[in-house]
Amino acid sequence: MKRKQSGQLHGLSDRSSDIILVALCLFIMLLVAYPLYYVLIASVSNPYDVYAGKTFLLPSGFTLDGYKAVFADKSIITGYLNSIKYTVIGTVFSVVMVYLTAYPLSIKDLPGRKFLSIFFIITMYFGGGLMPTYLVVRQTGLIDSMWALFLPGGVAVGNMIIVRNFFEHSIPKEMIEAAEIDGASKWTTFIKIVVPLSRSIMAVMVVFSMVAYWNDWFTALIYLPGQEHAPLPLVLRNILIKSSASASQASTISGGYAELNKLTEMIKFSSIIVAAAPMLVIYPFVQKYFEKGFMAGAVKG
Amino acid sequence: MGKSNTAAPAKRAGGKPVSKRICVYWQLYLMLLIPVVLTIVYKYIPMYGIQIAFRDFKSTRGILGSEWVGLKWFQRFFSSPNCFRMIKNTVLLSFFSLLWSFPIPIILALMINQLRFNKFKRTVQTVLYAPHFISIMVVCGMLRVFLSPSGGLINLIAGTSIDFLSEASAFRTIYIASGIWQDAGWGIIVYMATLANIDASHYEAAKIDGASMFQRIRYIDLPELVPQIVLMLIMSAGNLMNVGFEKVFLLQTDLNKATSDVIAVYVYQQGIEHAKYSYSTAVGLFNTIVNVILLIVVNKITSKISEDVSFV
Repeated sequence: MKRKQSGQLHGLSDRSSDIILVALCLFIMLLVAYPLYYVLIASVSNPYDVYAGKTFLLPSGFTLDGYKAVFADKSIITGYLNSIKYTVIGTVFSVVMVYLTAYPLSIKDLPGRKFLSIFFIITMYFGGGLMPTYLVVRQTGLIDSMWALFLPGGVAVGNMIIVRNFFEHSIPKEMIEAAEIDGASKWTTFIKIVVPLSRSIMAVMVVFSMVAYWNDWFTALIYLPGQEHAPLPLVLRNILIKSSASASQASTISGGYAELNKLTEMIKFSSIIVAAAPMLVIYPFVQKYFEKGFMAGAVKG
Repeated sequence: MGKSNTAAPAKRAGGKPVSKRICVYWQLYLMLLIPVVLTIVYKYIPMYGIQIAFRDFKSTRGILGSEWVGLKWFQRFFSSPNCFRMIKNTVLLSFFSLLWSFPIPIILALMINQLRFNKFKRTVQTVLYAPHFISIMVVCGMLRVFLSPSGGLINLIAGTSIDFLSEASAFRTIYIASGIWQDAGWGIIVYMATLANIDASHYEAAKIDGASMFQRIRYIDLPELVPQIVLMLIMSAGNLMNVGFEKVFLLQTDLNKATSDVIAVYVYQQGIEHAKYSYSTAVGLFNTIVNVILLIVVNKITSKISEDVSFV
């Protein structure tokens, strides 16, 4: 990964292309980051100033009313707690499933290994579709149960393949063989040797699952119709998506609605920040893990 | 699972017979038990349940008790007034989306890979990953406030007051541009991982020969990326009919339906909202079949182009 940086032999044309490259990258970073920055400053600004276009660079008329309104809403607090609960349980469940599947399938001598691999991989490309799956979930009594978010996903096959490859290539066979000669069972070697030696790839899996569960709302929309079970993004749907449709109609009717409209816009800015913040704060710290995960899965040139 | 001992290669493990080896490995089979059961229940039984597309499914009668109706639901779909519009919108939205969003991560990865200062390189990568970590719900919320006709960022900058989400002609642009914003940065990871494996001596040699940055990209980096690019292309093509349901669903308004009406949203509305289980399944099945055909066709074409990349 760490390539030697070589600066000794490049000529003038190289230096100018370097400058162009850096400028281009700065511009792209600006394009990516600015929308988020704008939401952040708009969320702490006076909504009338936002409306008037005075908050392109810095906040204007600093206020935290938007955040107060967001946290005064009980359903948002419930949604937040639900999301945390679903993310924690879902991540543990998902990582355990991936491990339980990946380890046996990484053992070359396991009878039926090929058949079992195909059995899992098929589900990556073909599925029953929305309604047949829904009917099975309903039949198994999971509607309005938190487990509807985890069980129907089964094994995350893409992640399983990454972990399996890691087991095949990065766990020294000699250690496992030595333990088994000493009388350790397959299960003991898995728990005592394989799991501790695969912490790096486990971190990758934790990150992937965590992001997926935190941001998921569609599964909850279908399987958890009860308001009290809704995760944060689904709660925010009422604020972010539904109000907008009626507000855009209302603003054409009368000025009174337009005033109200501006206040709801402000709540929108703060709820966007509230929902996006946890992952945006965490991911830079775990960046090296998910990059590693892709290194493990990359096509070897 | 008695069927699991069928495909065993009998060569390894010191030539022990298969039955002995199964005894040795029973704990491994036990580990697989829950994943296999979950996969059968929630993946394979729904596949079996696809037959309700050819039946008139009634909850009270169950799958097997419901009456066969042949291709009735497919006929109904193909004769529905918006059928052609939905197929067209699905294909065009996916196609344009692929056309615009596929090359961008490759270009970005090639550019960022050329950056000399590691700290700056890391910073660029970190910033570009950010939008990927935001829920589509939140991204759509942002789009709604940015595109709002009164006080929306885009209208403020342009000095106009257009209600973009009510303009059918703007929908595809909104969908594709926001998709690029959210995932192009994330898309560079796989390419960066491949580029990181390139031997530094190639660059040294190229520099001594006087190759410019552009030439180094063209003759060293790009050829290394080709297998990865082909693989990603096959995977994207297999998803051509799977438009990002979530975003279309959240950005659809009555006024932009001329371009935003896609099959996936229709499947959801008919199935979950209107409880037309059989009809929804039939429409979804049609979508899946087209997808599988596309996957096979693209796989055939690309494997001819690049022999050394195997699929699955």
